[in-house]
Amino acid sequence: MARVAVVGVGYSGFNASSPDLSWKEITYEAAVRAYEDAGINPRRDVDAVVTCAEDFWEGFAIFDEFVPDQLGGVLKPTFTVTADFLFGVANGVMLIKSGLAEIAVVEAHSKASDILTFGNVVRFAYDPIWLRPVGNGHPFYLAALEKSYYSNLRGYCDYTFAEVVAKNKKNGRLNPDAPYSADITADDVLSSEPSFYPLRKLEIAERADGAIVFVLARGDIAKELNPEPVWIDGVGWWSETSNYDTMSFTALYARKSAEMAYEMAGIDNPARQIDLAEVDDRFAYKEVQHIEALKLAKAGEVDDLLESGYFDRSGEIPVNVSGGSLSVGNLLEATGAQKALEVVLQLRGEAGRRQVDAEVGVAQVWRYLPTATGAVTVFSR
Amino acid sequence: MGRSDAGWNGNSSLKQEVIVMAVGKKNISAPPYVEGHELELEDFENKTITYVEDYPDIRYQFTAGQAISRFLRGLKEGKILATKCSKCRRVMVPPRTFCELCFKPADEWVEVKDTGTVETFSISYIDPDAKPLDEPEIVAVISIDGASPKMGILHKLGEVEPDRVYIGMKVKAVWKPESEREGMITDIKYWKPLEVE
Repeated sequence: MARVAVVGVGYSGFNASSPDLSWKEITYEAAVRAYEDAGINPRRDVDAVVTCAEDFWEGFAIFDEFVPDQLGGVLKPTFTVTADFLFGVANGVMLIKSGLAEIAVVEAHSKASDILTFGNVVRFAYDPIWLRPVGNGHPFYLAALEKSYYSNLRGYCDYTFAEVVAKNKKNGRLNPDAPYSADITADDVLSSEPSFYPLRKLEIAERADGAIVFVLARGDIAKELNPEPVWIDGVGWWSETSNYDTMSFTALYARKSAEMAYEMAGIDNPARQIDLAEVDDRFAYKEVQHIEALKLAKAGEVDDLLESGYFDRSGEIPVNVSGGSLSVGNLLEATGAQKALEVVLQLRGEAGRRQVDAEVGVAQVWRYLPTATGAVTVFSR
Repeated sequence: MGRSDAGWNGNSSLKQEVIVMAVGKKNISAPPYVEGHELELEDFENKTITYVEDYPDIRYQFTAGQAISRFLRGLKEGKILATKCSKCRRVMVPPRTFCELCFKPADEWVEVKDTGTVETFSISYIDPDAKPLDEPEIVAVISIDGASPKMGILHKLGEVEPDRVYIGMKVKAVWKPESEREGMITDIKYWKPLEVE
């Protein structure tokens, strides 16, 4: 079956807010860059367009209707995946492998700064009968509940999660598009406000705006466009359950989606075969969970490895060299896109000052609160 | 839940027997919870059928962006502004920073007229909550003079009897007084027939 490659990437952002541009305008900017990067004319060459968006983040319903214009997709097959960008990549891969498209475009964006009642949008995803009526706390307490359970289960102390924050915020200092990067220490994190005990303010990714566009192509076409494209070797996605009270709280969704993607990519020893990982760190403990779920470390051993610098940019397996969402910001459904973008730039050798040496990289995303759903994509050069 | 038209066997006298529902051409045993009787008003009044109400407070402030911001500022000044595609030369209302057909930037601005032609219209008698409106509302798609063909806006018509409206009718914008304009699409109150002037 045909291989699929990334032949063009473009992005706009990432910024804490973007009051000067509409979401259509930031998306157009990202799309123009992606098509320029791929060396294609979207009106002539693109067979299908996939956007990843959730109506309640957007603020208007039936987002599908808004897909075409800013992506050059008018009068073409388009659709919306109501999920993160990495689910869109999986759909793009299916479009190409099935023979329905030779070149497919995947897009996701965040205009988080347009949302005035962020907590209430998250609460809107609660079960309306037995979760939503309970209490009036900001829904970040859901993450605190999971962190509490998980750190207790594994025996991780708060210092471990504070180290994740310090590592990622420092990594972000080398990324010109990381508005929340900072030169801070684990002790700084531990002394920050425990807004949702045991979750501290600095362990939570702030929101950001931006748009990301990928151009995917069938292998033979990809090679015509670029003799050395970045390959998509595996995709995976998985869901646990919608019941917050019966989720695993050990990121089983990430473990299962990783297994699906690894099998497709022929990876049987991830800790040895993967050179680079960008994982969902929108709450610091999530990065630790996801490192375990991706089988980059054994359960319960992440704390020692973190402390030894194993996941640093100079370590054995650099994790979130982009600075992660803790530096770049929570890009909503474009979160996985920022992670995939970083992997592609690193594999191409175009990551500037934060460049590390890598041949195989993995991007992983979680569908945020209150879900136990996620996706994984494996890339190689 | 014995709605006979949905294929349920809703006869309560058969309550103890195996209930069968038709799915396509197969007969499949129904799960126990379908046993019962036709829905009655008392099922709602006694709350054997239950609901939980919720009124979520979800709010946004939509960034208008480069093109629409300038368009809205224009409305405040009583002008309708359009952009022109650098490739196909279409004059586009509402303006955008790119032409969605050519996928090229559109950064040349032109002022178009506040007159136009009714392309299609509807006389609405019902509000969004399905209640009757006191006065019927006439909505129309208006192509604007000076813009490219079929370029225009969906807006309201006024100062015209519903039975006098026709496709091809020439209309003109009726603006709010300058002091009341706020840079919104509603700075145009409605469009009225041009010929009655």
